[in-house]
Amino acid sequence: MNRAPFTTISRDPSPDGPASTAARARRKCDAPDGMGGQRDRAGLARWVRRNLTAHGFLIGSVLCFAFFSWYPMVREVILAFQKTRRGRTTWTGWRNLQQIVHDPAFWQAWRHTLEFTALALLLGFLAPFLVAIVLNEFRHGQGYLRALVYLPVMLPPVASVLLFKYFYDPGYGLFNNVLHTLHLPTSQWLQSTHTALLSVVIASTWMNMGSATLIYLAALQGIPGELYEAAELDGAGLLRRIWHVTIPQTRLVLSLMLLMQVIATMQVFTEPYLLTGGAGPQGSTTTVVYLIYQYAFNFNNYGAAAALGLVLLVVLAAFSGVYVRITRRGDD
Amino acid sequence: MAAPGTRSRTLISPAQLNRPRGKALYWTVFVVVVVAFTLVFLGPLYWMVTGGLKTTHEVVQSPPTLFPRQPRPGNYAKAWGDLGLARLLLNTVVYAFGALAFQLVLDVAAAYSLSKLRPVLGNLVLGMMLATLMVPATVLVVPQYLTVLDLPIIHQNLLNTPWAIWLPSVTNAFTIFLLKRFFDSIPGELLDAAAIDGAGPLRTLRSVVLPMSRPILAVVSIFAVVNVWKDFLWPLLTEPDPGRRTVNVGIYALSTGVTENEVIAALTIASVPTLVLFLLFQRNIMSGLTAGSLKG
Repeated sequence: MNRAPFTTISRDPSPDGPASTAARARRKCDAPDGMGGQRDRAGLARWVRRNLTAHGFLIGSVLCFAFFSWYPMVREVILAFQKTRRGRTTWTGWRNLQQIVHDPAFWQAWRHTLEFTALALLLGFLAPFLVAIVLNEFRHGQGYLRALVYLPVMLPPVASVLLFKYFYDPGYGLFNNVLHTLHLPTSQWLQSTHTALLSVVIASTWMNMGSATLIYLAALQGIPGELYEAAELDGAGLLRRIWHVTIPQTRLVLSLMLLMQVIATMQVFTEPYLLTGGAGPQGSTTTVVYLIYQYAFNFNNYGAAAALGLVLLVVLAAFSGVYVRITRRGDD
Repeated sequence: MAAPGTRSRTLISPAQLNRPRGKALYWTVFVVVVVAFTLVFLGPLYWMVTGGLKTTHEVVQSPPTLFPRQPRPGNYAKAWGDLGLARLLLNTVVYAFGALAFQLVLDVAAAYSLSKLRPVLGNLVLGMMLATLMVPATVLVVPQYLTVLDLPIIHQNLLNTPWAIWLPSVTNAFTIFLLKRFFDSIPGELLDAAAIDGAGPLRTLRSVVLPMSRPILAVVSIFAVVNVWKDFLWPLLTEPDPGRRTVNVGIYALSTGVTENEVIAALTIASVPTLVLFLLFQRNIMSGLTAGSLKG
């Protein structure tokens, strides 16, 4: 219905374009079978119009990505090799990297991050899977239990974290009170260098295990019942059925979740920041991302922050690469 | 989920469960798990709601009381006023629903274009969007913050404006991926029929594609709101002005200045919106999670 304006668009470039184009266009028009040329041009016009509309739909999103995702990705790399002092920015090569590696906090932060990840996997990876296996056996109340496990995920982090802060209080905290009534040894929780990291992991598992549990439950429900029947006929007990049927059948989801959880826990920030102020007693909960935060926003050293971010990126990418290769090999 | 009678067997066979011993064991485990889960997951919430009703003295008393001795609903009113919760909640609502609006308009348009209009270089754009999923979010926080301070080309400072939260929320490649995959499943014949009837791309999107996409739109919307509501680091950096803080940042910043029972009352109030959202949209949230898990 509105073909006319678009044919003018396609004709537009010819006067400005090189002479040969204009000549070719004229020749086409002059050709005896002028109909063919017109059809070509109409096709081109439609193609241009279609693409303009399609890119019009895309443009808003693409601009947001360009400003807030792609450009920062490039900027991150540039920042890592620059230094800004008194408003003057200079290239410093690898000096930022040297600086952060020689900071004693660097290795400490990596050790804590790895410890945190290991503890988080022990608790945060196993607990949801075990909970999902148990819930999947229940013939009653599954909806209620699933909602319960997912409830903390919907709480604002400040609520769950501050709640745990009160529970952990060595004086009036709920945990020590419960331990005391049960005649068990109490703990200093967040205020001791030995237990601070573990306390953060416990809180973080409580806050986040809901999503993993529901994802595992969905995976468990996809296991065909015949497999369990066959295993049972072969005389496999409960544990062997878990080992030989449940785990192999959910392996894809399990390995994917493990990878995602490692990547997520290596970037932990909010929980230690809110629970222990980030550093914790004698820096015992300083993580890599908290160190990045300190460089950037406490010391205004964006170069060092970007360099450390780059190191984290490389470590995570290398881990993902190796991990995917290992799990792939298992498939063959 | 399937009804109890029709579900396929799981780890433990129905025959085993129907034996008297199996039955007894099943019910024992069931009761233990229900009690334990209620204590572990609902207990803290109970402590929070009642803690807000206790006196300053009672809330830090050891051992704690199960019921507030003299419930003081006034704590909630006091927390509402002292922490400026109305302001904080309003800010968070503006950020969350603004982000939702931007995502619904821009990301839906982009996914529709990539799925159905298929422009030249569309696959390259999609690839570059998905590539951002590979970069850990926290690595980009510093350069993103610097971008917000001074937007390239335009040279605008977005600090302390809602744009600093709205615009970056659009760059959610996973949302675009989910939407595109859903749009891909809409048969092309339907769109062709709409085109023959004279509908342009926008009309087709509005009258054909969107009405069919309600389930995925619900999932994407809920997660868009919840993500902004739960975010901490980004609003901490980009909305530092006390009048522009989110609930999370605001309560945390003020929590050391007021008494414990007031903080706890404030936490209860701050938790209500997302809990209501959860109770209302439980089904969509759960299906959204599994939609996410299938991405591998």
